[in-house]
Amino acid sequence: MQQVLMALVPGTLAMTWFFGWGVLVNVLLGVLFAVAFEAAMVAARKRPVMATLADNSAIVTGWLFALAIPPLAPFWVTLIGIAFAIIVAKHLYGGLGYNPFNPAMVGYVVVLVSFPREMALWPAPSTLPESPLTLLQTLQTVLTGSLPGAQAWDAVTRATPLDAMREGLVSGRTVGEITASPLFGSFTETGWEWVGNFFLLGGLYLLFRRIIHWHIPVAVILGVAIPAGFFWLLDPDSFASPAFHVFSGAVIIGAFFIATDPVSASTTPLGRILYGAGIGVLIFVIRTWGGYPDAVAFAVLLMNMVAPTLDHLTRPRIFGRTRGGPPPGDDRA
Amino acid sequence: MQLHRFHGGLKLADETEASTADPVLVMGVPAKLTVPLGQHIGEATEACVQVGDHVTKGQRIGQSKGYIAAHVHAPTSGKVVDIDLYPVPHPSGLNAPCVVIEPDGHDEWGDARMEPWLDWDTRDLRALRQRLRAGGIVGLGGAAFPTAVKLNPRAGQRIHTLIVNGAECEPYISADDMLLRTAPEAVFEGIRITARLLGVERVLFAVEDNMPEAMRSLTETLPTELRDLIELVSVPSIYPTGGERQLIKVLTGQEVPSGGLPADLGMVCHNPGTFKAICDTVIQGRPLLSRIVTVTGPGVKHPRNVEALLGTPFADVIEAAGGYAEGVDRLVMGGPMMGFAVHDDSIPVIKATNCLLATRPQDTPAPGPVMPCIRCAECAAVCPAQLLPQQLYWQAKAKDFDAIQDYGLFDCIECGCCAYVCPSNIPLVQYYRYAKNEIWAREKERHKSDIARERYEFRQERIEREEREKAERLAKKKAALKNKEADGDKQAAIQAALERAQKKKAARAEESAKDSDQASGSETTGEETSTTDNTRDGDGR
Ligand code: SF4
Ligand code: SF4
Repeated sequence: MQQVLMALVPGTLAMTWFFGWGVLVNVLLGVLFAVAFEAAMVAARKRPVMATLADNSAIVTGWLFALAIPPLAPFWVTLIGIAFAIIVAKHLYGGLGYNPFNPAMVGYVVVLVSFPREMALWPAPSTLPESPLTLLQTLQTVLTGSLPGAQAWDAVTRATPLDAMREGLVSGRTVGEITASPLFGSFTETGWEWVGNFFLLGGLYLLFRRIIHWHIPVAVILGVAIPAGFFWLLDPDSFASPAFHVFSGAVIIGAFFIATDPVSASTTPLGRILYGAGIGVLIFVIRTWGGYPDAVAFAVLLMNMVAPTLDHLTRPRIFGRTRGGPPPGDDRA
Repeated sequence: MQLHRFHGGLKLADETEASTADPVLVMGVPAKLTVPLGQHIGEATEACVQVGDHVTKGQRIGQSKGYIAAHVHAPTSGKVVDIDLYPVPHPSGLNAPCVVIEPDGHDEWGDARMEPWLDWDTRDLRALRQRLRAGGIVGLGGAAFPTAVKLNPRAGQRIHTLIVNGAECEPYISADDMLLRTAPEAVFEGIRITARLLGVERVLFAVEDNMPEAMRSLTETLPTELRDLIELVSVPSIYPTGGERQLIKVLTGQEVPSGGLPADLGMVCHNPGTFKAICDTVIQGRPLLSRIVTVTGPGVKHPRNVEALLGTPFADVIEAAGGYAEGVDRLVMGGPMMGFAVHDDSIPVIKATNCLLATRPQDTPAPGPVMPCIRCAECAAVCPAQLLPQQLYWQAKAKDFDAIQDYGLFDCIECGCCAYVCPSNIPLVQYYRYAKNEIWAREKERHKSDIARERYEFRQERIEREEREKAERLAKKKAALKNKEADGDKQAAIQAALERAQKKKAARAEESAKDSDQASGSETTGEETSTTDNTRDGDGR
């Protein structure tokens, strides 16, 4: 898990650079809350607190949750989300290893559904020196829930590329018109693109160190890109390009950091490919035809549900047997 | 030769350097030999000597009672001073029947010694097999399966390939390595004998690539006339290549069917030590009395290989390797992966003792605390049986014994690869052993109650059948009487009887038997039934 934390650093720094101090503030808060809840729950369940905290899984949960929410979200969003993640999704199911759902995503979905207004407060990407809020101001915003001075939320926040794409398409504009905005880089908005690149870097590091296997990330990305590419080729005016899909929102971080949570994923090689592909396809489907601009969390939770079945159906062939079959020559004594 | 690979496995550090520096030390006769009667896998062996008897070297002291069993012999001459339960090397730590011999120091072969067979080539195969059986040979790689059984394929089974498993099963063990370096000729002789017995077309002799000396010695001594038969193959040393099934896969690409034996593929696999024992028994008339043991680990002062008589206490063997180093706290029989700890070094060397491994606390750092399984599937990635150890673990914990068998529990070879890589330090193999034992225990129970139920049902059925038959007979009799009365034609009846008698004479086939039954009336049948009755009841009680 320590390696996972290290791998999250570049992406997190990139995010801070483009979206302001709020990212770091949220990560710190998230980790703090997560560790506190974890310690409390472990103590309540009369397990060794320090030994359990040493697995760092709570830190990862808190960190991932914090990256998922808008950087200026008020602190209580984090508090509630993490409480759900650690207490309900993790410990009420029996703690690490027993949780069928990815805790960070459960917490995220809870706050997303409960506080849609707060969850839409994404600042416009701009580099840190130009950021409208200083570190202190950011702290103040997160703790009080309102912007310093008389600034209006509209002035600092803006629709994410996914939101923009969605609203643009709904209002009848073409993909070309939407992406013609100077803010767009090669695939999606410049800031998001760079953040994606840095998370990709961290993910490749995990692959390289063999902390994660290639099956899930590759399957997630292809699961998004292939259907996106298909529809884009059919009608490039009404469907965004596969590259836009892959580099917008949480696909990269989801593919490498969220979907790869071993506990709630499938564990067989083939199962992992199907699991990842399922997440990818669901992301595309929900984004394109569903009610939410981004869908990584829903996709992951839905696939969590089928992971045990996938495991069962994709059991590897046992040495000396035919696939799925009883041992050959089972009739012998 | 095109080699194949098996799934998973581990690249483990080679730890045999220390124990291969010196030649094999032939140990003398210890002050007392405790020879366990059960040194093999299979059915029990019973003592065939009595306390107070004088035994000679090579005399049979344990008589095997079943087919899958091996005799036990006196490793030296002396007096039987006790036959009782003693601690033996076994993971359970339980005591088992042993013959205790006090050597007389003469180390004398008696008159019963098997004569040497330099002309084994001309003996018939039956005699050869009998001789192997008499030699009490078992697989010396560690599994201790009676060799004679493996050399006697079932009817209709043709063995075309003999495999020599020179892939040492675990790091630290170098018994085969040393044997191949020092006595390759005897191994080749043993192969020659076995090849003749089985009528094989080829012999694949696998040696791990970290045993270059052994390979050199084999290449140099391979007799010219065997060059066409025996192929020396260097195989990569990936644990557990020494496993029979894994080695066969590496050499031939074929998989021994789950639940089956190599013989199902027309192959038989033996360890080099076993071939030497075959050679000794057949050619020299020397049954299995001793074996090479690797004494090693940082816990002994002078790691080396020794040849020890069966029944020699572990303590003596350790002494032969310079004694314990400071601070030893653990003695394992077998290797670091599959061996088991013993808590008493007075227990004896047996046919399965391939290695004694002594370690100090600092050599085997305590694994971290056991944490929950995070389903990372690292274990599945290394499992040579291609199982899902994480699922087996959950199922064992949940006591879901149907699911666990469905997931291949009995295909698990207990190699320990999964536990070795588990980041949560879960002692996975313990769970599998537990589940296996539990399932066996339940099956035994079920078997018992099945037999009871069968007996009961059988008895019920018999009683019903008897009643039915009685009723039928009565009905027939009545009908016959009625017929006679109705007919009144005696002539016809006599005619019929005569005809029947003639038929009886003429044909002694089944049909006539039926007729005669009818003719001879109900008394015989009644008798028969009552006889069966008695036997069955006797069975039932
Ligand atoms: S290696 Fe250990 S923690 Fe990982 S899946 Fe297997 S049993 Fe679970
Ligand atoms: S001990 Fe069994 S489950 Fe574990 S790796 Fe070996 S064969 Fe697989």
